[in-house]
Amino acid sequence: MNLTLKIWRQKDSNAKGQMVDYKVTDISEHMSFLEMMDVLNEQLVNSGEEPVAFDHDCREGICGMCSMYINGEAHGPDRGVTTCQLHMRMFNDGDTITIEPFRAAAFPVIKDLVVDRTAFERIQQAGGYISVNTSGNTQDANAIPISKHAADEAMDAATCIGCGACVATCKNSSAMLFVGAKVSQYALLPQGQVEAVDRVQNMVAQMDLEGFGNCTNTGACEVECPKGISLDNIARMNRELMKAAIK
Amino acid sequence: MALDSRVPEGPIKDKWTDYKNKINLVNPANKRHIDVIVVGTGLAGGSAAATLAELGYNVKAFAYQDSPRRAHSIAAQGGINAAKNYQGDGDSTYRLFYDTVKGGDYRSREANVYRLAEVSANIIDQCVAQGVPFARDYGGLLDNRSFGGVLVSRTFYAKGQTGQQLLLGAYSAMNRQIARGKIEMFNRHEMLDVVIVDGKARGIIARNLITGEIERHSAHAVVIASGGYGNVYFLSTNAMGSNATAAWKIHKKGAYFANPCYTQIHPTCIPRSGDYQSKLTLMSESLRNDGRIWVPKNMEDVMAIREGRKKPTDLSEEERDYYLERRYPAFGNLVPRDVASRAAKERCDAGYGVNATGEAVYLDFASAIERYGEEQAKIHNLKNPSKEKIIELGEKIVEAKYGNLFQMYEKIVDENPYKTPMMIYPATHYTMGGVWVDYNLMTTIPGCYCIGEANFSDHGANRLGASALMQGLADGYFVLPYTIGDYLADDIRTGKIPTDSKEFDEAEKSVKDRIDFFVNNKGSKSVDYFHKKLGKVMWDKVGMARNEKGLKEAMAEIKQIREEFWKEVKVPGNADEMNPELEKAGRVADFLELGELFAKDALMREESCGGHFREESVEESGEQKGEAKRNDKDFAFVAAWEYKGEPADAVLHKEELEFKDIELKQRSYK
Repeated sequence: MNLTLKIWRQKDSNAKGQMVDYKVTDISEHMSFLEMMDVLNEQLVNSGEEPVAFDHDCREGICGMCSMYINGEAHGPDRGVTTCQLHMRMFNDGDTITIEPFRAAAFPVIKDLVVDRTAFERIQQAGGYISVNTSGNTQDANAIPISKHAADEAMDAATCIGCGACVATCKNSSAMLFVGAKVSQYALLPQGQVEAVDRVQNMVAQMDLEGFGNCTNTGACEVECPKGISLDNIARMNRELMKAAIK
Repeated sequence: MALDSRVPEGPIKDKWTDYKNKINLVNPANKRHIDVIVVGTGLAGGSAAATLAELGYNVKAFAYQDSPRRAHSIAAQGGINAAKNYQGDGDSTYRLFYDTVKGGDYRSREANVYRLAEVSANIIDQCVAQGVPFARDYGGLLDNRSFGGVLVSRTFYAKGQTGQQLLLGAYSAMNRQIARGKIEMFNRHEMLDVVIVDGKARGIIARNLITGEIERHSAHAVVIASGGYGNVYFLSTNAMGSNATAAWKIHKKGAYFANPCYTQIHPTCIPRSGDYQSKLTLMSESLRNDGRIWVPKNMEDVMAIREGRKKPTDLSEEERDYYLERRYPAFGNLVPRDVASRAAKERCDAGYGVNATGEAVYLDFASAIERYGEEQAKIHNLKNPSKEKIIELGEKIVEAKYGNLFQMYEKIVDENPYKTPMMIYPATHYTMGGVWVDYNLMTTIPGCYCIGEANFSDHGANRLGASALMQGLADGYFVLPYTIGDYLADDIRTGKIPTDSKEFDEAEKSVKDRIDFFVNNKGSKSVDYFHKKLGKVMWDKVGMARNEKGLKEAMAEIKQIREEFWKEVKVPGNADEMNPELEKAGRVADFLELGELFAKDALMREESCGGHFREESVEESGEQKGEAKRNDKDFAFVAAWEYKGEPADAVLHKEELEFKDIELKQRSYK
């Protein structure tokens, strides 16, 4: 198929960006979206132009590095996938595709489609851990039975890949789904109880400090999340925060 | 220089304990005056950085990604082995040790493997304490599954995302130390050289990938945890950015590189679909617990399937060749990876491949779905359930076990694997070879350590499934933090290492010169052009089956590609900005050298062992006819190569392998 691409080009974080049109031809429907971008970049390199910078790494939907906003949707039109798992069979010959970076005040653009998501790092550093040192004499892994239900729910929350689609898609640029998922993972496990109060308070405080917006229960984040992280996690985080306030 | 493995004396089961009791330690107050650089933040680097910081060292950690959490360990799917014997099926430290040595085709160092098996149980305890949500059974205890090459269930897992969960555990431990200021984290940085002062590794030169700035970082020791070199094949299951640069740079500065030809071609990956393909996707080995591998028995059916006249589900049981079950009745679909890969290649070479390219076999879940469905019907007390009901119940169980993998498959191939068998084919996945290290995990450069996939140490010529995660975390959490102390104990009075020395000047200059060359070369061909060309030579001539003629050709061809690369490579953009093409150019330049050494090593090793299969060395008669033939008399050694300029001039050093606790014998999975 032949496509027209409208891509955000921005030299660096200080430069002013703009949409630029490109044409690609003979795109196979079996290609992934990023392979289509590879074709474009090869074309640009060969014609002496600078290729489009975009984040990507594992190309199997788990590292969370790829981050494009395609035709107005984080990770494009398919559901339950990251951009690297999006395939060209979702598009038609002759389509015009608009490709932008994830946009949020807390995710400044570094170059073209690459954004800075280190705000997520600082939120995790504020409390996204259990304080246990490495040693050869931690208690046996089976010493505390954990119900399958709780373990599975913690796992569902923990599958978050930290890509930031929830933020990019939210009209308020809220990071509550991301933070809620991390808080929930620990809140559901006995190991997480000791630091529960400080954890939720510190992580939420850091989230606010980074300039993420608030949640107005639109639910767009849940729809666009490539890992299907549930809104329940936001509710659980709010409960944890309430509990922490009265402790 | 003679190779000294520094394996301690004494019985194998006491070596590690006795050794830890005797090594030098650094007093907690002195640790704060000692800096350690860790390059790479996957399971090995992440766990090492966190643990060293907990101990009190000042750690500087480097990752080329925008967060430590994105290192490619994140993509490991199936699980992590540990000799816990929670299933009561006879597992033990010895058995894990034995399975690993045998699985590695008797080409690993016994003492290292025993230590790995010994600390494996601690890893699970540690990860559970960190809040890693491993799968559990209804009683609330940890669940296990089986992996290839073993007869027990010792693999712990978190759905099909075990690597993700373990890495997030290590990452959370890192975050705690970053918050305390004990780890200084350098995201989007790439190490481009190691700096050696008075014979010791004392720092690195790194490039800030956002600004292009070249930076000097000093430390008392340098730990390389940068993963494997599978991307030398261009197409592999590695991440796009996975590279060998850090490992190759230390090799060029004096670290020996061991067994580069030991590469794992993983049997269950999604087959290639076209020339535009940028990477291959793994389907976890755990699928072989429940999936059965087959091709049609009759050539007419193969043709009918390729032409779309028949569907795989149209074939009856009698018309299918479950070739692994046929050839290896004892292990069946759970033979080790090298064996499964070669068996798939054998069937496809014979013309039985089931897709258009002729390079695919089926992985079929129909019988597992039926088996689970029947079991569920009994559990739910359903009388005479319909076939549809059984399948519905069975699919739910399969979804719970492998849901994310099935979804991944469906998104890529556009077929529903619950209803029709998956198509799979082998692909490059893991490299057992790597930087040579001694028992302390130190390279032949004093003060330079190498851990995880980047080193050569534990898997011999073939790695068993679910052992990479085990090794990465064993090295990072439980081995290196002890052994590095023995070395650093001499550095308590050294003080900060200055970065204005002539050694730093020289290293920085050579890094800058190379970058300047790339951006000014103005050649005619893109970096990917050369990478793909290299990959094709590697796959065709240094892939699943190798022979003398092909390997000699490969060496010559790689050299030629390298020469063309340095003349014709074109890198757009500038040095002082984010420039992904420039990053790739540096990595491919290193792959073009490593690939030649790889072929040289494969040429030298005139035996078949593990993932290294020489067509000249197969069993010619008896029960094992057609299987790989090892030659213990001449090749029971680690091949450690010393850099001498051109890869073809590398000098071989042998570390003889002694097997005191395990009898050397032919691997049989029949």
